[in-house]
Amino acid sequence: MKKLFLGVLTALALAAGGTFAGTLDDVKARGNLLCGVSTGAPGFATVDDSGKDVGFDVDYCRALAAAIFGDPMAVKFVGLTSAVRFTALAAGEVDILARNTTWTYSRDTDLKQTFLGVNYYDGQGFMVKKELGVKSTTELDGATVCIQVGTTTELNLADYFKENGMSYEPVPTADNAESQQQYLAGACDTYTTDASALHGTRVNLENPDDHLVLPEIISKEPLGPLVRHGDDNWADIGRWVLNALVIAEEKGITKGNIDSWKDTKDAEIHRLLGTGDDDILAMVGLPKNAMYNAIKAGGNYGEIFENNLGATSGINIERGVNASWTKGGILYSPPFR
Amino acid sequence: MSSPTLPPSESFKFSMLLSDTRYRGMSLQVITFIIFMAVFFWLVDNTIKNLALLDKDVSFNFLWLRAGYDINQRLIPYTSDSTHGMAALVGILNTLLVAFVGCIIATVLGLFVGILRLSKNWIVAKLMSAYIEGFRNVPVLLWIVMVFALLTEFTPAPRAFKGAEPEATMLFFESVAITNRGTYFPAPVLAEGAYWLLLCFGLSIVAVIYFIRYANKQKKDTGKSLPTFWISVAVIIFPTLILFFAMGQPVSLEYPYLKGFNFKDGIHLRNSFLALTLALAFYTSAFIAEIVRAGIMAVSKGQSEAAASLGLRPNKIMSLIILPQALRIIVPPLISNYLNLTKNSSLAIAVGYMDVRGTLGGITLNQTGRELESMLLLMGFYLAVSLLISSFINYFNRSFQIVVR
Repeated sequence: MKKLFLGVLTALALAAGGTFAGTLDDVKARGNLLCGVSTGAPGFATVDDSGKDVGFDVDYCRALAAAIFGDPMAVKFVGLTSAVRFTALAAGEVDILARNTTWTYSRDTDLKQTFLGVNYYDGQGFMVKKELGVKSTTELDGATVCIQVGTTTELNLADYFKENGMSYEPVPTADNAESQQQYLAGACDTYTTDASALHGTRVNLENPDDHLVLPEIISKEPLGPLVRHGDDNWADIGRWVLNALVIAEEKGITKGNIDSWKDTKDAEIHRLLGTGDDDILAMVGLPKNAMYNAIKAGGNYGEIFENNLGATSGINIERGVNASWTKGGILYSPPFR
Repeated sequence: MSSPTLPPSESFKFSMLLSDTRYRGMSLQVITFIIFMAVFFWLVDNTIKNLALLDKDVSFNFLWLRAGYDINQRLIPYTSDSTHGMAALVGILNTLLVAFVGCIIATVLGLFVGILRLSKNWIVAKLMSAYIEGFRNVPVLLWIVMVFALLTEFTPAPRAFKGAEPEATMLFFESVAITNRGTYFPAPVLAEGAYWLLLCFGLSIVAVIYFIRYANKQKKDTGKSLPTFWISVAVIIFPTLILFFAMGQPVSLEYPYLKGFNFKDGIHLRNSFLALTLALAFYTSAFIAEIVRAGIMAVSKGQSEAAASLGLRPNKIMSLIILPQALRIIVPPLISNYLNLTKNSSLAIAVGYMDVRGTLGGITLNQTGRELESMLLLMGFYLAVSLLISSFINYFNRSFQIVVR
């Protein structure tokens, strides 16, 4: 129902007017950031025992809010299912979407979205119950597959089974929670989505050891935050907060040691933390210490990763390609100058 | 004779448009129309402007693009290489299927429950009241999810049928399998000559229709009633059955069997379909039952007393005297219930049933980002179906009404 509601809402929002330029001014006037996140993806966006929003995507939005307001808590999280997320963004329900969303050509162009970069290089995987005895996706011919509607995984799934001459029966579900429930009830043999989400889901199951994420990754899923077309300044802000977190890791700036860089000879760090003479962040309308606040909020990219997806979180996802380029990964930010 | 002098005709003044009753009605209508058009134009204009601002246009070309996703329940051939338009069509047919089956079950059930609620048997009447109040007063979405949960949580997985000593077995001589993914029935396979059987079956039905007409005429003319029901059943079954064996059994059954992860062959009724159809039918039948009860109670008591004094038995009174009169009251509100069921079927996504809301208004909308176009098409579809259903039943309704001579 929510989807239909949002669809109508878009039509109404479109009909009732309202321009989207000057998002930063709108956000400042409102006093908080509206960030679209998943309705429940362990590691990316969930609510912890104390009712606080936590997760990889959540921390990115907190960094962005910190950059704008100096307060990482000045953000309101809006839970969106995969099917309604773009509509909600286009209708102005949220200022930014950080909802493990895959960057694709048609979403970038036809859906009129602007992707700000990649915050997680993912790929689509499959999870099965161990008792099924399946060791590889090539053994899944004839399987019933739980899949979230309105995702790229849905398209990859169709392509993958077709390419390999296998048949399957899709069981469409609205979100991760419903997929999980169907999968556990045995209404489907396997659950497919981004591998990171599968790992996150698996550790939260009652007996994680009874389940197996198959080794094959069948697609490229570069996940990243996005905004709607039409406000380049707003897109720049989001993009450079993300880049700042990546640069911070590269430079070794952490939440803990961020105050100890005042005497460094590295000019880029001074520009980044606003400790030098230049105030280059005025170019996008942010305070001089915006990136300092952003990094201070939840730490650098590496810290955010470890806290939400890595060993500290219990999900235990390896950094892999998501390591900084200086450590063998492919995370690489353009220079901050 | 002096002709009465007419008052000098007043010349038309602009203020008369509102003050003069001759013009007021018309001018108010014109004003309302202008306001309505202004609001409408403003909405359309604003939509176009804001779409332009978002750098979007209004185009239905996406209907001819490759859809790229699979749909589990297809009544027509469809693959991920088909177009979004075809996907919408698959969804439309799925919606119509649920609406059709749902309406039939709801009507039959509603008729029974409605009549039984008037039963003199206290327990039966109270049970039916409980049924009606239970279904009528809980949102239909909850019933859909509830039925779906029952179907998936309390039935065995296909795997349970495996092994030398399986946990679950198929019913009815190994022909029907109830699993948490749906129910599998044997499917008829038509061999050569099967079409003669179909023809024979069709002719039998035509014969029965003529026979019933003849029987009705007999009853009118002579007052004797023939055992219509048993003769009809015999006419429908025996010729086809005899031909079936005479031609060497040209129709065979294809039994579902377990292969790999799932059952193969046979007719597969998915749990999503069953849950949606049953929940909608139960829910709507509660409303129909009340309409039926109201219709029956509206027939004056004198009618049944008169029939009883003529010696008719209670079931005859119901079928010959009460129901024909009650139908006139029942049919009009029945239409709105059929429409409600059809529109409520758009809740299908709650159980992952791929109706037109799920394909065109769900996946297609999401993959193409054409919200406005998809929503307009959807609204157009539901509007067209609703108008069709109501005009169809209105046509029938006319034949039920008392003919005024």
